[in-house]
Amino acid sequence: MSSDAIAIQTAEATGRPWVETLHEWVTTVDHKRLGILYILYALFFLAVAGLEATIIRIQLMRPHNDFVSPQVFNRMFTMHGTTMIFFVIIPVMFGFANYLVPLMIGARDMAFPRLNAFSFWLTAFGGLLLYFSFVGGNGLSGAGSAPDVGWWAYAPLTSRAFSPGHSSDYWTVALLVSGFGSIGTAINIIATVVSMRCPGMTLGRMPLFAWLNLIMAGMVILAISPLTAAQVMLAVDRYLGGHFFDTQAGGSATLWMHFFWIFGHPEVYVLVVPAFAFLSEIIPVFSRKPIFGYPVMVGATACIGFLSLSVWAHHMFTIGMNSYANGFFAITTFAVGIPTGIKIFNWLGTMWGGRIQFKTPMLFCIGFLFQFLTAGLTGIMLGTAPFNWQLSGSYFVVAHFHYVIVGGIMFALFGAFYYWYPKITGRMFNETLGKLHFWLFLIGFHLTFDLMHIPGLLGMPRRIYTYEPGRGWETLNLLVTIGAFVQGIAILVFVSNLIVSYFKGAKAGNDPWDAWTLEWSVSSPPPAYNFASLPTVASRRPLWDLKHPEDPDSRYE
Amino acid sequence: MSAITTPLPATPKDWKLPYRGDVGMACLIFAESAIFTIFVVAYLFYVGKSLTGPTPRQVLETPIFYTICLLSSSLTIHLAGKLLERGRRGKFLTLWLLTIVLGAVFLYGTGQEWHRLIYQHGLTISTNLFGTTYYSLVGLHAFHVTAGLIMLSIVLVFGLVGRVGPEQCARVDVLSLYWHFVDAVWVVVFTVVYVLGR
Amino acid sequence: MSTMDWRATVSRALGILVLLAGVLLGAKLCVASTPADHSVPSIFDAHSTPAESIRHLSHFVLGVTGLIFLVVASLLTYAVVKFRSRRAEAEREPAQVYGSTQIELAWTVIPILIVAVLFAATARVIHAIQDAPKPPTALEVTVIGHQFWWEFRYPGLGIFTANELHIPVSDPAHPTPTFLKLLSSDTDHSFWIPQLAGKTDLIPNHPNETWLDPHDTGLFLGQCAQYCGTQHAKMLLRVYVDSSEDFNTWVRGQQQPANQDDKEAAGRWVFEATACVNCHAVGGTNGTGRFGPDLTHLMTRRTIAAGAAENTPENLRLWIQNPDAIKPGSLMPAMKLSDAELDALVRYLETLQ
Repeated sequence: MSSDAIAIQTAEATGRPWVETLHEWVTTVDHKRLGILYILYALFFLAVAGLEATIIRIQLMRPHNDFVSPQVFNRMFTMHGTTMIFFVIIPVMFGFANYLVPLMIGARDMAFPRLNAFSFWLTAFGGLLLYFSFVGGNGLSGAGSAPDVGWWAYAPLTSRAFSPGHSSDYWTVALLVSGFGSIGTAINIIATVVSMRCPGMTLGRMPLFAWLNLIMAGMVILAISPLTAAQVMLAVDRYLGGHFFDTQAGGSATLWMHFFWIFGHPEVYVLVVPAFAFLSEIIPVFSRKPIFGYPVMVGATACIGFLSLSVWAHHMFTIGMNSYANGFFAITTFAVGIPTGIKIFNWLGTMWGGRIQFKTPMLFCIGFLFQFLTAGLTGIMLGTAPFNWQLSGSYFVVAHFHYVIVGGIMFALFGAFYYWYPKITGRMFNETLGKLHFWLFLIGFHLTFDLMHIPGLLGMPRRIYTYEPGRGWETLNLLVTIGAFVQGIAILVFVSNLIVSYFKGAKAGNDPWDAWTLEWSVSSPPPAYNFASLPTVASRRPLWDLKHPEDPDSRYE
Repeated sequence: MSAITTPLPATPKDWKLPYRGDVGMACLIFAESAIFTIFVVAYLFYVGKSLTGPTPRQVLETPIFYTICLLSSSLTIHLAGKLLERGRRGKFLTLWLLTIVLGAVFLYGTGQEWHRLIYQHGLTISTNLFGTTYYSLVGLHAFHVTAGLIMLSIVLVFGLVGRVGPEQCARVDVLSLYWHFVDAVWVVVFTVVYVLGR
Repeated sequence: MSTMDWRATVSRALGILVLLAGVLLGAKLCVASTPADHSVPSIFDAHSTPAESIRHLSHFVLGVTGLIFLVVASLLTYAVVKFRSRRAEAEREPAQVYGSTQIELAWTVIPILIVAVLFAATARVIHAIQDAPKPPTALEVTVIGHQFWWEFRYPGLGIFTANELHIPVSDPAHPTPTFLKLLSSDTDHSFWIPQLAGKTDLIPNHPNETWLDPHDTGLFLGQCAQYCGTQHAKMLLRVYVDSSEDFNTWVRGQQQPANQDDKEAAGRWVFEATACVNCHAVGGTNGTGRFGPDLTHLMTRRTIAAGAAENTPENLRLWIQNPDAIKPGSLMPAMKLSDAELDALVRYLETLQ
């Protein structure tokens, strides 16, 4: 009855033509390879968007700087935001989900492997189309080249009248196409989790990673679709003479805002829930305890998913909604903080009474906890509608959401990279370089994003290519820029660690962290078929049960 | 510590999970419903707000006949599925073809209505808010009908060369689910455009 | 595997706390060092009721969130220090605790209570600011947002001006607030003077309203706070809060007809005969354009191009000759005038007091 998951090294024929390898990768439908493709794609665009951020920061280093023209600057912040959200974070999260979910639930692949590949290539094409705008868009002054309408593309700025030429169309079509890719992957994740779990793995025994990606996928389906609809409407306005957002014809600019933020707010939870998933796998292993309150973690995340659909207009407190609407969105925004806080407490509870090991993945997770806490609290400040009337549209908001995305999501991502790197590549990364990366990035992050709150409090709006001297913003902006460079150096350390360790790292073995979920039961890297024979499980931590047959989880669950 | 995956307590005897095709199609339907909801919201928001041009009351004619055609096609596709289950390939193909024909008639009706609206009443997508929202919503639905008809036709061709049998029941059911969704959307669109919107 | 890392973690937690304290301190310092002309537009330097209400609420929220941060961060720090792995016990696994219903309940109920309190405080202030009644003594101003300048109309006083708003100071005993109607002629904008009120957007086809009742005279700075296109950054705002005498003087000056100085008839001819009149209005001329700012009393303004440059003859000349040198991407076209025409025109504009 017993069977072994034997690691059979795929025989790599030496001297195989690189064209063949390339062809294999381009036509692959294997979830592991697609996962790696997603991740590499995201890393490339992380560098590109990071460059755009650097240009922004250099321009803002001092008032009345002329490093770039206003037209170029406006393209930079538009492309930086659009790229980071759609072509860095979404792909990297899909990449990890793709790679790990089938392994964690004891399946051989995703439910729809070909849809998987198709979705990846749609997303990839979308990114290339967006960047083609730099060379392909042409026309009247200010019209050619990359989109410059901000990543929310508010109407009527995006109408033909105010955005002649094709730059806004690149934004619309590229995101439309990659949106279809995202919906495809979300469908795949849901179908995989629902239909492909190995025997014995009830939903209550799935790793939290699988649960949280399931919830994320559900949110993608409900959130990206409104954006798709709104972009179709925008295209109808721009190309077919429609009036959806044409205020001259009685149309409504605020309708675009509602549609966009009905997408936009759940979208940021789509970005952060997979980060929660990483934490929920890494913290238990390095605390040597199971996650505290598994059912509550699932319930809280599901709550976050639902509530996040009700808060969207907290991005619109200043547009002139009546006091009842403002009050409603204030309270829903406060409310969504409750399950979020509960999750922080549960991670704390996991660490409590444990034996914490400060390996690099855990360092990043601890950083996440402090920083996400802070970001959540500035979010509460922003949810206080009257306070929002001062803070919205200022650098306080920019600081807040970068705190979440960089201090929270990116830290968790780095943790995930370091944690699963041995599984994906079969090598251990260099721990010293990992710690150096952590410290440098921590210092740079705090220098930039702690200080960035202050210019917002002093009245500095966002999306400005320059500012007036004498308002108290100069020194702060300079320090913020310096922090950005420190972060850039840290990222270089990270990338070099990834590359160097791939060739020189120690062999990892199946289970370098002494972990408990199914992906650690197969070789590193896993064979193409994942499992020699599909496992059966009886608890949430099947490997714990195997390693501790005298005290298995299955006795207590 | 090398780990070996060994089945522990007895493998559950009947480990049956939902069919992935059904799950996938259900998710797609959710996503599409969200898209349609946004178009419906826009339609309802702009009712009565056009600054110029023909109003719904002036130009719309309720397409009762074509609606009956489309909704009946849900019945025929359902019956076709049942027949395939029982292995009655010939009858299945007949009803499948009938479904396609009914769908095509519906599309013809939409086209005819649009022709009338454009050439007789001068209502286009750029005329006013009503024109924009009407053509977008009805057009989005017609697009989904068209996509459905293409898929149904592909299955018809496979069926005609003998490649569709009771083993493909589950897959055919997934496609039927899509078709039922398209019909359900029409119920909503019909209500919004021809009942509420006037 | 270094057990020194826990110290690193502690110092990091402390570092974060220090930095945050520094953030707040820095903000306060910046406020404290505000010079008399209010040149640092800090939201905490409130000089008007809406801004003051918001500041009080913000203190409350900062206090609550600060307390939450202290409690949770301390617990996190404690956990990271106390429960770090020590070499001696590295082989044994700790007690495998799965959860606790009582604890979960506690840390659900307490946040719910906090939310209820926060909401009560918030709702009160929302209502107080948004639903404040308009007293009969209120001054009414219509603000129309343009790419990339502000149009101000005083309908009750028959005044048309741009970019620099003059309003009377409001005595709390006998309030004379200013109620602003906010409209837009093109894209979205946002009216933000941090020291006087929260911002409210100007959205085409969607009129909004806001109000200010400044308690102190002086110049207050702000700018457009909703990205509106290429020159969003230089759509600056200057609000002059005048004493009631000064305000009346200003109003009377604005209500005068345009200065008709025959000495500069040549310049006036250039203005009326060239495309200037398509966009700009000057009382008493054939210029009635509203696409650009009203120039009737141009010289009463300290800046031009919505604050992008000081209102000097040199800047005026440069602005007309080559607007891109001052504000690249603005909608003012380069007028392609000869030097002589330009000089005459500038001399004429200089008479528009």
